[in-house]
Amino acid sequence: MAEHTHTTSQRVTSDGVAYWKANVRLIIGCLVIWALVSFGFGILLRPMLSGIQVGGTDIGFWFAQQGSILVFLALIFFYAWRMNRLDRQFGVDEE
Amino acid sequence: MDQTVINIVFVGLSFALYIGIAIWARAGSTSDFYAAGRGVHPVTNGMATAADWMSAASFISMAGLIAFTGYDNSTYLMGWTGGYVLLALLLAPYLRKFGKYTVSEFIGDRFYSKTARLVAVICLIVASLTYVIGQMTGVGVAFGRFLEVDSTTGLLLGAVVVFAYAVFGGMKGVTYTQVAQYVVLIFAYTIPAVFIALQLTGTPIPALGLFGEHQASGEPLLQRLDQVVTDLGFNEYTAHNGDTFNMLLFTLSLMIGTAGLPHVIMRFFTVPRVSDARWSAGWALVFIALLYLTAPAVGAMARLNITELMWPNGTDGEAVAIETIESDPAYDWMPVWQQTGLLGWEDKNGDGRIQYYNDGDADMQARAEEAGWEGNELTNFNNDILVLANPEIANLPGWVIGLVAAGGIAAALSTAAGLLLAISSAVSHDLIKGQINPGISEKAELLSARIAMAVAIAVATWLGLNPPGFAAQTVALAFGLAAASIFPALMMGIFSTTINNRGAVAGMLAGLLVTLVYIFLHKGWFFIPDTNSFTDADPLLGTIKSTSFGAVGAAINFAVAYTVSSMTKPVPADIKDLVESVRVPRGAGSAQSH
Repeated sequence: MAEHTHTTSQRVTSDGVAYWKANVRLIIGCLVIWALVSFGFGILLRPMLSGIQVGGTDIGFWFAQQGSILVFLALIFFYAWRMNRLDRQFGVDEE
Repeated sequence: MDQTVINIVFVGLSFALYIGIAIWARAGSTSDFYAAGRGVHPVTNGMATAADWMSAASFISMAGLIAFTGYDNSTYLMGWTGGYVLLALLLAPYLRKFGKYTVSEFIGDRFYSKTARLVAVICLIVASLTYVIGQMTGVGVAFGRFLEVDSTTGLLLGAVVVFAYAVFGGMKGVTYTQVAQYVVLIFAYTIPAVFIALQLTGTPIPALGLFGEHQASGEPLLQRLDQVVTDLGFNEYTAHNGDTFNMLLFTLSLMIGTAGLPHVIMRFFTVPRVSDARWSAGWALVFIALLYLTAPAVGAMARLNITELMWPNGTDGEAVAIETIESDPAYDWMPVWQQTGLLGWEDKNGDGRIQYYNDGDADMQARAEEAGWEGNELTNFNNDILVLANPEIANLPGWVIGLVAAGGIAAALSTAAGLLLAISSAVSHDLIKGQINPGISEKAELLSARIAMAVAIAVATWLGLNPPGFAAQTVALAFGLAAASIFPALMMGIFSTTINNRGAVAGMLAGLLVTLVYIFLHKGWFFIPDTNSFTDADPLLGTIKSTSFGAVGAAINFAVAYTVSSMTKPVPADIKDLVESVRVPRGAGSAQSH
């Protein structure tokens, strides 16, 4: 069997479980927004939003071609910032 | 100065720059050949990742596909950026914590199985090789144009250059070379776009110009574009014309595939810390977004320019005369591109003019009959030439055209070289050293890597002669394969403690094989023309095109892995510990060498 390189094999503590749960909650929240702006506003919900006009077309077109990309960027930076705080809060950040 | 000379000067200068930086950076650090990114700031690493990632598909092909289809091809924009969210949230930080260098090593260790590692290597090779075929198509277009030869000769010449470039080797590992490539690439892409946006909309920022006003007509640009294309019987640019379900699946396949491509994931293994892995993915997307926010503007504006060039007197006036095409400098690009065999026109009704319209449209057929037209006379406009021809179409200065040639070649070369390196290291390191002959000498390992690279490039070139689609479409197939095989295995490895060795192996094999068969059924077995039983216009399953099947393959992978795992021996305790440790950043240390 392959040898493992991790040095601090921590046993699961209740804190560890809480940290992982908080992380998964955050991931799910971010992915809901991720899906909403692309699959939602950009594709499925586009007809519903077609009343909102942007530069000669509707806002769904904008989300499909530019808006979703900008939201993706915001999501990644938000997640990184939030996780770094979470790491410190649970004392699992890198020393 | 002659345009060909300018092109060669620009391409030559950019090559000199990369080689110069490679030599300079090498002198500084001879160690850490593979460890691109260690000790490198996340911003720099992000820029290098962006260069690695943005290939001929993004640079040469994507805007053309958007230009000629419109809204429906927004899938490429959302898919290839949305994948970074998955990468940053679901994979990058944990794989960094795991602390080894290759994707197959993680899969082998997490699923405590040499077979799993072997299957991962096979998945990696199949996806990467398909990806290289797409790059070769782009290389053929770029070299064909700038040396003014047909695209087949361009492809063969390009293959020689790619091989030399990849064997030179270290280039890929030198982060600063990639930073230089990114800079060349992004300037080459945005400078012509800025010029064109200024010409058409008076705005220097193309992304804003897309939603701005078309100065010549005073209407919003997109409204104007919708008008002229529908006048000629084409689909409305901003409208949704295709199948919605297929569009959703295709976007999802590209997203999952982005997060499953080994040459991108590898970059996050070696950043200094776990938190840097999270930031790096964000910075990579910042630099990718600079191109991706510009691309839809490039597509729309080029489509408008082309239509207006073909109909200089308006869409209800007389079409452009052949004499004008042959003599007016504004049309110089047409005879030049004709030589590559990727652009063609034919005066079918012999009226000395070239009518460009959709001859499949009933209203246009009526108009054609009245006017004595005998079908669309712009008979061939390969979507892949659009970005490279764009500065010429807009009549921009010669140096801009040279810059674009250099940028297109940088995009294709950097990614092709990166992929070839991934393939060769998978064969020599994971396959031969890891499985077949662990006692192999370093020299023999290096030789087998070179041979693998030569074989891969020969296969890709041969298949690239008859590519299964435009560059970006072929690349989309590679993403489908990665989505169906690698991504689910990595995600289950981190987020589940119950998926075991047999489950993972069965899942990867099922996902890869089903997707591969579905692609071959539509694109021909091993992409050999005319061996397909179905076409993407009338696919086997409902409306699911072969390019969109990756998401289905991924679902099959998850389902099979779960089912097999629940029926076989549970995961041992020490592997569960490994998963628990991967989930927390503390104790990451530096990446281990293999």
